[in-house]
Amino acid sequence: MFAQSADQQLFEQVTAGFLDKHYPLGHGRELAGQESAFEPGRWREAAALGWTTLLVPEEAGGGSISGNGLADLLIVASAFGQRAAPGPLSGTNIVAATLGRWGSPQQRQGPLAELLAGDAAGAWAHATADGPFGHDRHLLAAAPSGDGKVVLTGTAGIVEGAADAKYLLVAASGAEGGAARTHYLVPMDAAGVRVEPRQSLDLARRLADVWLRDVALPASARVGEPGAASADDGWLSDVLAALLLGEIAGAVNQAFAITQRWVADRYSFGRPLSSYQEVKHRMADMRTDAEAIEAVAARAARAVGTGAADARSWVYAGLAFAGQRAPELVQDCIQLHGGIGVTYEHDLHLLLRRVAMDTRLYGTPGGFAQRLGALVVATDGGAS
Amino acid sequence: MTSEAIPVEEFAARARTWIAQNMPPADPAAGHFFFTDASNRTDEHDLARIQRCRQLQRLLFDGGFAGICVPAEYGGRGLTPAHQFAFNRELRDHDFPLEIQASTFIPCMALLLEFGTEEQKQRHIPAMLRGEEVWAQFLSEPEGGSDAAGAGTTAVRDGERWVINGSKIWTTGAWYSDWAMCLARTSWDVEKHRGLTIFTLPVRTPGVEIRRIEMSNGAREFCQEFLTDVVVDDRDRLGDVDGGWPIMGRWLYHERTISGGSPYVTKAGGRSDDAAGDTSRLVQIARDQGTLDDPRTLELIGEAKALSLVRDALVRSVGDKMRTGALPPHAASMARLFSGMSTARRATIGFELAGPSAVAWPPAADSGRQPGDAYLVRQAACIGGGTTEMARNVISERLLGMPREARADDGPFRDVRRGARG
Repeated sequence: MFAQSADQQLFEQVTAGFLDKHYPLGHGRELAGQESAFEPGRWREAAALGWTTLLVPEEAGGGSISGNGLADLLIVASAFGQRAAPGPLSGTNIVAATLGRWGSPQQRQGPLAELLAGDAAGAWAHATADGPFGHDRHLLAAAPSGDGKVVLTGTAGIVEGAADAKYLLVAASGAEGGAARTHYLVPMDAAGVRVEPRQSLDLARRLADVWLRDVALPASARVGEPGAASADDGWLSDVLAALLLGEIAGAVNQAFAITQRWVADRYSFGRPLSSYQEVKHRMADMRTDAEAIEAVAARAARAVGTGAADARSWVYAGLAFAGQRAPELVQDCIQLHGGIGVTYEHDLHLLLRRVAMDTRLYGTPGGFAQRLGALVVATDGGAS
Repeated sequence: MTSEAIPVEEFAARARTWIAQNMPPADPAAGHFFFTDASNRTDEHDLARIQRCRQLQRLLFDGGFAGICVPAEYGGRGLTPAHQFAFNRELRDHDFPLEIQASTFIPCMALLLEFGTEEQKQRHIPAMLRGEEVWAQFLSEPEGGSDAAGAGTTAVRDGERWVINGSKIWTTGAWYSDWAMCLARTSWDVEKHRGLTIFTLPVRTPGVEIRRIEMSNGAREFCQEFLTDVVVDDRDRLGDVDGGWPIMGRWLYHERTISGGSPYVTKAGGRSDDAAGDTSRLVQIARDQGTLDDPRTLELIGEAKALSLVRDALVRSVGDKMRTGALPPHAASMARLFSGMSTARRATIGFELAGPSAVAWPPAADSGRQPGDAYLVRQAACIGGGTTEMARNVISERLLGMPREARADDGPFRDVRRGARG
């Protein structure tokens, strides 16, 4: 999925081969109940395939395949979705993109180099006023300390991959940026950082609330300009949204493929399930919506990756549509399987868990539709 | 000018300049007369619009922008689909001959290009591109419904001529069209697909009687035709005698590409051709209701916009994949299905946003723009141009390879039960 050029197709093959070997669909069941789903050695191997460099400019040690690194990364995201695979893909890439874009030379040489090499994973405490997500789940205050340091206190709720990350990107207000939020890179081993794991619907992902109490950081922990975090988070949210759409498209594609085989092989009342018109028409609807989700994911990645003026509309449209339709599509797949579809033994719930999480964790489909509506009204304002 | 050498960007730049100097701006009141209430609109108004379309088409032709993908020997430019799409993007916010794109260019011109004799191509295609011939499709029949291969309109050979008898229905714009492409049965003694032949005929010819059909919302562009001993010259036959079905496959394919992706269609990029669910229309409805700040309103408007954007992405992507061979031509049915369902949903959103005024409005209001009217004919989006159920059959059977429906009509067509029981 999403591979256009020969180079991208090769990248897709290598990515799929690696995931099929180590994290095939079904692996999620083995991860259930385990404290961590993260294998640092494996992640280093994955980084060698080029999974961590795509959103980072060449001069900062990164590099893309096609010139639009986000479109390239969509290939990995959809491969993750197809297998409901584990791994700090989005967090690491988001933090790497942030450091690549706004990081100091020191941050590029240190943390960014580690992220690019796969020696460390990153996590993002996403929160923004103007990005697609806009949740106010992160209440972090920054205060200057007498010795030139900055002290962070508060909570960052529901952070993906926090326990496995070496670096956490947060935004906090109150210090250099005044009331406006500023980005900081928090080493997770800093004194005062406490991680409280949550239960996760997705067996292959780990989420946690991160508590920071008087976490003292050197001034060099600041990322980007003081007070610029909200604007910068807008772009990061768009990037994450495109990755979510790629993952959703992959998961839906896989659920559909499994179901297509099932209805062809399964006989009922002496006929293949696939011969019933109700089943055929349902499959036609599902195939069409899967194609639509794939199309809007590709469009969103292209728009965000090239900085197009209408990128935000594509992001909202994608998350509003896929957010509503993708989980229903996988539920339809389960319905067509009958009883086996709702068992733990079957793989479909792993895909349902993945799309359910991707379409809820960062905002609801109705919420994204509302944001898109507000954007339409704002743009249409002069037309009255 | 050696047209085949023009890079797309250069062509687009040339088009941009030409369009700015020659094409009038889009007139929101001019287009959009399909499926809208005609009770407060005269036939003269509609004929004037069709006349305007012919002039705009002539303007395109004279500017060298008609039939961009049509070979030069038939009056086109012999360029690639990418050139046509680039032109369409440049045409944004300008008026263009929207109402004659279907059926003149798709499917009729596309079929002439694929199956016409040299004489037929020379005779009709340049005239189409100049706006001189507007075409209609004599395809559906009162007894046929979705079963195109079950045509009962009969053509009987009489030397070098054919005599056609029967009735066609749901013909868009037959009353103002010049020519028609007509599917007829030439053999009743074989299986239904094997006895079909396609003809071209002038609409205003002896024996063709046209009746206008009034839709539930007052729209009147559909017609029924009664053909009584209509004489057609054999040289106006398209393809082989009894060889109509393979052509029908392409006919239906081209018809489906009206949702987007056809290289033969001129349209203004970014302009919604769906009046009822147009998002600025929805915003206007909500503004009239004073509900623009309501979160539920914003969600509905956002849903409509999302459907519109996703449809655009899907249509473009399916078109690209069909061109590269990543998807077979039958994939066009996905664009058709999604367009039908999303257009219907957007009409419903307009209806919801309007609240009680969707069902009871002041007499001064422009009734053609009432969301209630659009809601009444909502299902037309899922019926016209092939029903969404037929699209689902095509997707499941042809794209997904699922088993075909059992047939009750595989004997000689003479013995097949048709129409209503009675």
